[in-house]
Amino acid sequence: MIKVQLEDFDIGAEIEALRAGDTGIGGICSFVGTVRDMSEDATVSTMTLEHYTGMTEKALAEIEAEANERWTLSGSTVIHRYGELHPGDNIVLVVTASAHRQAAFEACSFLMDWLKTKAPFWKLESGDKGPNWVEAKSSDDDATARWR
Amino acid sequence: MKILYFAWVREKTGISKEDITLPDDVGTALDLIGWLSQRGGGYADAFSNVDSVRVAINQEYANHDRPVTDTDEIAFFPPVTGG
Repeated sequence: MIKVQLEDFDIGAEIEALRAGDTGIGGICSFVGTVRDMSEDATVSTMTLEHYTGMTEKALAEIEAEANERWTLSGSTVIHRYGELHPGDNIVLVVTASAHRQAAFEACSFLMDWLKTKAPFWKLESGDKGPNWVEAKSSDDDATARWR
Repeated sequence: MKILYFAWVREKTGISKEDITLPDDVGTALDLIGWLSQRGGGYADAFSNVDSVRVAINQEYANHDRPVTDTDEIAFFPPVTGG
C-alpha cells in the first residue's frame, strides 16, 4: 500500500493495519524518516517537500512492486508526506512484513534506498542561512546501486 | 505539449507548467532544452548546466536523447531527494 499525503501518519496504526489477521507473519520491520534540525552547515527551521503529483504515486507503486518481486513479503506500506514540515516531524514511513525477519529487514532497506533516488520529491530547507534546495547525494546513489 | 518544472528549475523559469506547440526541429528532450534556453532569461539560467537537469517523459524518467512528441507530458527537475 502506498500513500502520498500532507498529513502525519500513525506508526502504530499503520503496523496494525498491515498485520491485521495475518498470523503467518513472523517479523515486521519499520523505518521512519524525520526532519533533522541541522543540514550540513545550517540550522533548519522548515523543510518544504515538493513532489510531482501523478508520477510520485506511479514511482512509489513501481518501487513497492519491485520489493515484492525480490522478497517474499506478507505486506508492505510506504507513506511519504509532502508540504511544509518542521524539525521532528515525520517525513516517510516504510513497513515491511514477512514470515522471516531477513526479508523484512532487506526489503525495508531496499525501499528506503530506492525512495531516496527514484521518488520525485524535492526538499527545500529554510533556516539561519536562508532557503536551500537539498542536493542529491552520491552516497544515496551508491546505496541504491548495491541492490542491482 | 505540456511542460512541467519542479524545484529550482521551476523557480528559475518562474512558472510551474505551460503548454507549447512542439517546433518541427525539436526531436529530443535535449533539443527541447535548447529551444527553451533560447528564450533567454530564467530559461537560459535554468538550463545553463544541462547535466544537473533531469527529465521525465509521460511521468517516466528519460535520458536527454529520448525523442519527444507533441502529445507528451515533459517534466524538468533537479536530481530527486525523496525519503
